[in-house]
Amino acid sequence: MHSTTSAVTLALAVFLASAVESVEALTIIVAAGVSRGWRSALVGMAVAIGALVVLVAALGPALVYLVPVNVLRAVVGALLLVFGLQWLRKAVLRAVGLKAKHDEDAIFKQHVDALTVAEVPRPAATGRVDATGFVVAFKGTFLEGMEVIVIVLGLGGGDHQLGLASAAAGAAILVVAGVGVVVARQLAGVPENAMKTVVGLMLTSFGTFWAGEGLGVRWPGSDLAILVLVGIYAVVTWALVVLLRPSPQQVTPEQARA
Amino acid sequence: MPARAPLLLRWLKAFGAFWWDFLVGDTPELLIGVLVAIGLVAVLVKGSSLNAAAVAVFPAAVVVLLGGSAYRARRSKS
Repeated sequence: MHSTTSAVTLALAVFLASAVESVEALTIIVAAGVSRGWRSALVGMAVAIGALVVLVAALGPALVYLVPVNVLRAVVGALLLVFGLQWLRKAVLRAVGLKAKHDEDAIFKQHVDALTVAEVPRPAATGRVDATGFVVAFKGTFLEGMEVIVIVLGLGGGDHQLGLASAAAGAAILVVAGVGVVVARQLAGVPENAMKTVVGLMLTSFGTFWAGEGLGVRWPGSDLAILVLVGIYAVVTWALVVLLRPSPQQVTPEQARA
Repeated sequence: MPARAPLLLRWLKAFGAFWWDFLVGDTPELLIGVLVAIGLVAVLVKGSSLNAAAVAVFPAAVVVLLGGSAYRARRSKS
C-alpha cells in the first residue's frame, strides 16, 4: 500500500514535470519551424533527442547500480530539494504578482521575432538544413530535455523506479507532442503555472524525504510521509501567497488594471 | 579576430553554465540553505541519534528557506 502510494505520486510528479518541460520545448521547436523551416527544426529536435538518449544510457545504469543507494538518495534528494524550492518560490512570486506569469504565446512571439530578423536569411526551398533553425531547435530540446532527465534520474533513481519514471516521462512527452501535432502550434492553453506549483510541491517533498532517508532519517509512516510533506508544503505555499500579496494601498494603477 | 576556444572547452563551459544556472541561478541562498539543512540533519541523525528531532527540523528548515527566499525577492522588488 505504502509503495503503491509512493509509485503513483512519483509517476504523477514525473508526468507533470515532463509535460511542463515538453510544452516549453514544443514552443521553441514550433517557433523555429514556423520562422526557419520545419525540416531544420525537426532535424535539430531529432539530433537533440538522440544526444539525450545516449546521455541517459550512459548515466542511468551507472547511477543506479554503481552508487550506494543511501549516497544516491542523499545527493538526488538535495538536488530535487534545490530544484523544487526554486519552482515553489517562482510559483509564490507569480501568484502575488512579483514575477510575470509564464506565457507561451509571448515566448513564442519573442522567438519568432528573433528568428525572423536573424542575420542569416531563411533559405529558399532548396531542401538544405538551415543552421539557425537547427541550432535553436536543438538547444531548446536539449536543455528542456536535460531538465526532464534530471527529474527522471532523481525521482526514479532515488527509489529504484527508473523504469516507471522513464515511462511517465515518455507518456508526457508523447501526449504533448501528439497534441502539438494535432493543433500544429505551441500549447498556450496548458495551465503551466498551476502545474509548476504542483510539481514544485512534489519535487520539494520527494527531495526532503529522500535526502532524509539517505542521511539515515526514519520517517514516521515510511513512504506515507511524502504525502504529509506535500500537505505541509502546500499549506506553507498558500500562507506565503496570502502574506506576501500586496495590500490594496501598495497596488499601482498598472497592477490593478492587469 | 580572436581565435575560438576548442569545441570540447566550449562544451565543457556550456555544461558548467547549465549546472550553475540549474543549481544556483538567482537564488544562491536556496543551495546554501539546503546544504546547511542537510549538514544539520546529518549531525542530528549520525552524531546524536536524534531521529525525532531530524524529522521535525528538516521540513521546518525547508519552510524557513522557502519563506526567507520569497521575502528576500519581495524586498528586492519593492
